[in-house]
Amino acid sequence: MDMGSFAQQFAQQLINGISLGSIYALIALGYTMIYGIIKLINFAHGDIYMLGAYMGFVATTMLGLSFVPALIFAMVAAGIAGIIIERVAYRPMRNAPRIAILITAIGVSFFLEYGMILIATPQPRTFPAVFEASVYNFYGLIVNSQQILILVISLVLMAGLTYIVNHTKVGKAMRAVSFDADAARLMGIDIDKIISMTFALGSSLAAAAGVLVGVYYNSIDPLMGMMPGLKAFIAAVLGGIGIIPGAMLGGVIMGIVEAMVSGFFSSTFRDAASFVILILILLYRPSGILGKNVKEKV
Amino acid sequence: MLKVEHIDVFYGAIHAVKDLSIEVAQGEIVTLIGSNGAGKSTTLRTISGLMKPKSGTIVFEDKNIAGVPAHKIVASGLCQVPEGRHVFANMTVLENLEMGAYLRSDKDGIAKDMEDVFQKFPRLLERKEQVSGTLSGGEQQMLAMGRALMSRPRLLLLDEPSMGLAPLLVKEIFHIIQEINAAGTTVLLVEQNANMALSIAAKAYVLETGKIVLAGTAQELASSEAVRKAYLGG
Repeated sequence: MDMGSFAQQFAQQLINGISLGSIYALIALGYTMIYGIIKLINFAHGDIYMLGAYMGFVATTMLGLSFVPALIFAMVAAGIAGIIIERVAYRPMRNAPRIAILITAIGVSFFLEYGMILIATPQPRTFPAVFEASVYNFYGLIVNSQQILILVISLVLMAGLTYIVNHTKVGKAMRAVSFDADAARLMGIDIDKIISMTFALGSSLAAAAGVLVGVYYNSIDPLMGMMPGLKAFIAAVLGGIGIIPGAMLGGVIMGIVEAMVSGFFSSTFRDAASFVILILILLYRPSGILGKNVKEKV
Repeated sequence: MLKVEHIDVFYGAIHAVKDLSIEVAQGEIVTLIGSNGAGKSTTLRTISGLMKPKSGTIVFEDKNIAGVPAHKIVASGLCQVPEGRHVFANMTVLENLEMGAYLRSDKDGIAKDMEDVFQKFPRLLERKEQVSGTLSGGEQQMLAMGRALMSRPRLLLLDEPSMGLAPLLVKEIFHIIQEINAAGTTVLLVEQNANMALSIAAKAYVLETGKIVLAGTAQELASSEAVRKAYLGG
């Protein structure tokens, strides 16, 4: 491979990686926010993403909505699902040992996956083409309109989330609760409400990712959340679990690494690359790129 | 104003507070002294709703608040400054104060109270945009107190405000507690530094292994032989 084609291939994979990475980032945000607030790795989060994709499918095919309303529909529906899941499955376990609630999360994950198989059958569905896909060619770099859409929507959502977390009362309360729940209660903050809000926000971001993937790959199925769920979890750990900018950074890095590995080696190594990242980060920097080393409180 | 009657509080199987009764009258500074592990913090945490008593009543301004969740108790005009400050270290000084006013929506009132807090604690004004984790221990104590004042409490519960502070700072903090009290806020103060606590309080209770063993005016207790021996260093 000469230098010119190497550079072109690199740039092309960078584009692909960033768009894939923003999907991971959207899912990772929910992981990290939920971890931040109740110290739970919500293993059902990938399935919320799947649920979001199906909601988008329902909205476009059955309700005949166009893309943006369908996206909003899916986000709201998944947000409500997130609130219900927290209420029914996690809240009763709030004071239980952490391992118990983790196992509950795995149970919820299976429930969503096989519940969806029951309702929608295991067959993949074709996600309707909600808008015209066009392909742009910039000096040999191929960018399609879906990639641009993914990037734009992700950026808008991440900017919105950053605004909410840093500048609104609810967002500040979320940070307060995640830092010190007891102190937050002493300020009059109803932590149950704030936890519900966090689930709603995190779930709706995952749902947005689900719809975007549906649009991008045209295909959705009830088990589609497993792998991206794991990858986004790795992204959250990579960036520093509990840290919101970390999830965005981790997601984008994961996307780029996967794209590079698929482009320069083989796409069969793509998943392996992600798990190698997880192993390396756990070995050498378990607090993540943006994380600080904190001593566990005893 | 506050009447705690016969409360029992457990940590799992440990009976931390036993049949405890205390009373705080409007406008007073009342202190609860005792050694480490006597149950002082548990008592405050139970009053502020972070813990539930197994039995007994806690009446605040004619309402029984025993077992009411903490965030609802704050709304009724009682606020606790927790032991070890517990400021939101990842947030700025200003954001911490805003959290103190979480339940309020009167913008003008909040702005005015924030000014008052900055007047009381000029150092907080200097560090207003600073992340509060970078403050010194004394400054964090001031912030924790300022944050609690932002909820406009009628009764302020203070848990070990002197903990880990240099003597000069302790004096300053206690002086401010007196000021807060003079401005009309009733104070219930938990302290290991019995000397300081008795010097500003009207009434005092001595707590030992979860039980009140002595009660009286601060003056009486400061001159009592038993208290001097056990808590005042001779």
